[in-house]
Amino acid sequence: MPDPGHAALLEEQIDQWRSYLRRRQAVHSVDVAELEDHLREQVAVLVDAGLATDEAFLVAVKRMGDLDALSREFALEHSDRLWKQLVVVAPDSEEPRARARTDAFVAFCLAVAAAVVIKVPALFGIQMDQDAGFYARNLSLFVLPLLTGYFVWKRRLDTTTLRWLALAFVAAGVFANVYPFAPGGSTEVLTALHLPIVLWVVVGIAYAGGRWSQVAGRMDFIRFSGELLIYYVLIALGGAVLTGFMAMIFQAIGTDIEPFFESWLLPCGAVGAVVVASWLVEAKQSVIENMAPVLTRLFTPLFAAVLVTFLGTMLWTGHGVDIEREVLIAFDLLLVIVLGLLLYSVSARNPLSPPGAFDVLQVVLVVSALLADAVALWAIAARITEFGFTPNRVAALGENAILLINLAWSAVLYIRFLRGPGSFADLERWQTDYVPVYALWAAIVVIVFPPVFAYI
Amino acid sequence: MEINKDLIAASSTPIVLAILSEEDSYGYAILQRVRELSGGRLEWTDGMLYPVLHRLGRLGHVEARWEVAESGRRRKYYRITPQGRAQLEEQRRQWQAVDATLRDIWLALSMSVPASHPASAAPLPQGA
Repeated sequence: MPDPGHAALLEEQIDQWRSYLRRRQAVHSVDVAELEDHLREQVAVLVDAGLATDEAFLVAVKRMGDLDALSREFALEHSDRLWKQLVVVAPDSEEPRARARTDAFVAFCLAVAAAVVIKVPALFGIQMDQDAGFYARNLSLFVLPLLTGYFVWKRRLDTTTLRWLALAFVAAGVFANVYPFAPGGSTEVLTALHLPIVLWVVVGIAYAGGRWSQVAGRMDFIRFSGELLIYYVLIALGGAVLTGFMAMIFQAIGTDIEPFFESWLLPCGAVGAVVVASWLVEAKQSVIENMAPVLTRLFTPLFAAVLVTFLGTMLWTGHGVDIEREVLIAFDLLLVIVLGLLLYSVSARNPLSPPGAFDVLQVVLVVSALLADAVALWAIAARITEFGFTPNRVAALGENAILLINLAWSAVLYIRFLRGPGSFADLERWQTDYVPVYALWAAIVVIVFPPVFAYI
Repeated sequence: MEINKDLIAASSTPIVLAILSEEDSYGYAILQRVRELSGGRLEWTDGMLYPVLHRLGRLGHVEARWEVAESGRRRKYYRITPQGRAQLEEQRRQWQAVDATLRDIWLALSMSVPASHPASAAPLPQGA
């Protein structure tokens, strides 16, 4: 070998070449190792023949052939590699493999623990069919502390954070259970709906593991939430097929599985699946294409078309929004969906790429949703006194205001970005900074609403 | 002399199998042997050998194992399987049939138009 300077340079060049090759999906790292051995031998032979190291490297790389053509050949031979497999355990090296196995084990144990925990109240005589209110209010408390525990373990959070997280869960448990709710009353339903939102942000703090204060950390949590939802729905569909099949074959032998299904399979499966789905999202985040942005791409144009047509029809027919009981909820849900579409296209967009047609579409979607919501709010505001302030209506109005503010400012930032002076990062920052606002409002609904509205 | 890509692809299987039937070998050495045997007339792009080896492995004609070479690097060696030997025999018959047919045609043609055959080109320098 020539002098050490050349050797170091060669190593650097080979490193570069290797990392370039590793990016090819069809070429696995074991193949890269094989090709690297070839390259090194070729370089050594050329150096022996009198070439300088860098020349030898260039010749060897040239002889190896064009990397695009090479990876095409690999893709032809290993077409299965272009389909990402469920490789939860990394095949390459020993240390990550052991870690992945521990992860899977811990997640599995926590899923079982969640399934056990949901059955514990039954030991104390609190039955699901009689005390539905108790289960509804506490549902998130059965599973989210365990999920938080998983991230605390995985991210190795320090004890101070741990104490705050525990405090949040204890407080949630207190507020969900000390108020004397009227059975089946609105405030009880509102608590059941809003407590998970508050606690989800607590999960997020554990998930971000010290990066909660950064835009990237919160954005990762948003991505995680979207993927988790998709995995959860898929697992639920699989579970439905399984139970349908079970019911069918057991009916054939005269056994009714419905009691078992209702009191065991459904609750235990539903809470366990949250932990399992979270672990899958974590384990596979780099292995498969993220689905939420793909769905966003598909549905953003469709929702935009529907909203624009809705506004057009309203203008054309001159027919205002009929104020029914549910209309506010419907428009809240519309804003949630539009926000979701916006959020997940923001999460998957490269902030540095210039504005494109899809961005214009996104603005059209947001602006038309804002207009539709403004029309609905106008109609409601005109008659709010005659309806009176029930807890449901105040909660729905508050949510509408929060979403409206978010989307309106997003539209401003987006238009600024399209017209040049703004950067896309502003929009990203605005969206991630806004996350605690949802939790704050949900916490107000859980803590303040029941006493103010006399627990009705 | 430039040899057609399809011909290179078609001949790669028997050539690799034949080289491996001499002895177990690894990518770089197989390529060296191809250069040696063809006298530099067969120009393979180095990288392209590996998909071929992997295909033969998938078909069960060769099997691979990792060993630590004297250089201290890990190196993947290939060995021909009994099935690979059978395949080699089969390929040999097919190529001989093609070869014999072509030979007859060349002979018939050279009767009418006498041409000089490139008997054996001087081997090109190796390695550089």
